[in-house]
Amino acid sequence: MRAAVVVFPGTNCEHDVVHALRSLGADADLVWHRDTSLDGADGVVLPGGFAHGDYLRTGAIARFSPVMSPVREFAEAGKPVVGICNGFQILCEAGLLPGGLVANRDLRFICRMVSVRVESNTSVLTKAAEPGRVLHLPLNSYEGNYTAAPDVRDGLAGHVQLRYCGPTGEVAPAWNPNGSLDGIAAVSNPAGNVAGLMPHPERAVDDLLGSSDGIVLLESFIASMIPARV
Amino acid sequence: MRIRVEIDRRPGLSDPQGTTVHRALRNLGYDEVEAVHFGKSIVLEIDGDDADTAVARVREMCERLLANPVMEDFIILVEDGS
Repeated sequence: MRAAVVVFPGTNCEHDVVHALRSLGADADLVWHRDTSLDGADGVVLPGGFAHGDYLRTGAIARFSPVMSPVREFAEAGKPVVGICNGFQILCEAGLLPGGLVANRDLRFICRMVSVRVESNTSVLTKAAEPGRVLHLPLNSYEGNYTAAPDVRDGLAGHVQLRYCGPTGEVAPAWNPNGSLDGIAAVSNPAGNVAGLMPHPERAVDDLLGSSDGIVLLESFIASMIPARV
Repeated sequence: MRIRVEIDRRPGLSDPQGTTVHRALRNLGYDEVEAVHFGKSIVLEIDGDDADTAVARVREMCERLLANPVMEDFIILVEDGS
């Protein structure tokens, strides 16, 4: 199976994602944002970076890039779409995921390892992960503060996939690095085929990088691509 | 004509900049300040002299691009025109 890794002007994590997916046995190709076809891909990743300079709002311009039309059709057909960091922001702006991401609580760029707890395994990002498991992943963002209006928040139950936590899994404000609503680090759409997360699993696929906990998330995505081909 | 769009975070949503500035104002003794909200202001220079048409078009621009209806409210102000 093959993943399309979308590149916008300003995207900068695409090669990390391709490397990580290939190292886990999947095929992955870059797709430019002006392309109007996903060329038969079985899954889509929107990687991190600063698409279109993050001007206006993170993801606000990217959602109108030509490639987003086939991405939307792909998502609406129930096929797997994962947004990482800036890709998460783009999926929120596109309305494919609930809520949105704003500046971190302390108005500082955060670049460090964080712990997240698997809250649910109902998405293409988490289906191979055991709920309750704690993953150590790098967080690398200024606008990582997940927020949602009260009515949207009520609808998130069951769709929160990862929450920021302490080293042994305790969720508390003290372990929330960026002020995200209810400590949310990853959410999915109700169907679970579209998911977004702020930390970077593709940078945690080898102990040499300090953690290999990203593998279970990327393997979930890879496993989700298989039914799409049948 | 010039049209100004004021965009504000919807009530109840996280506004870290507003919270921080609010705290700073309190520290300076301005206890009457109950909340601070940060927004942004966008000025559009529009070719045309029909304010109603222009405002309707700008409203559409706000809904499609300039504001995120999930997180933001907007108001449209005509600054001058015929």
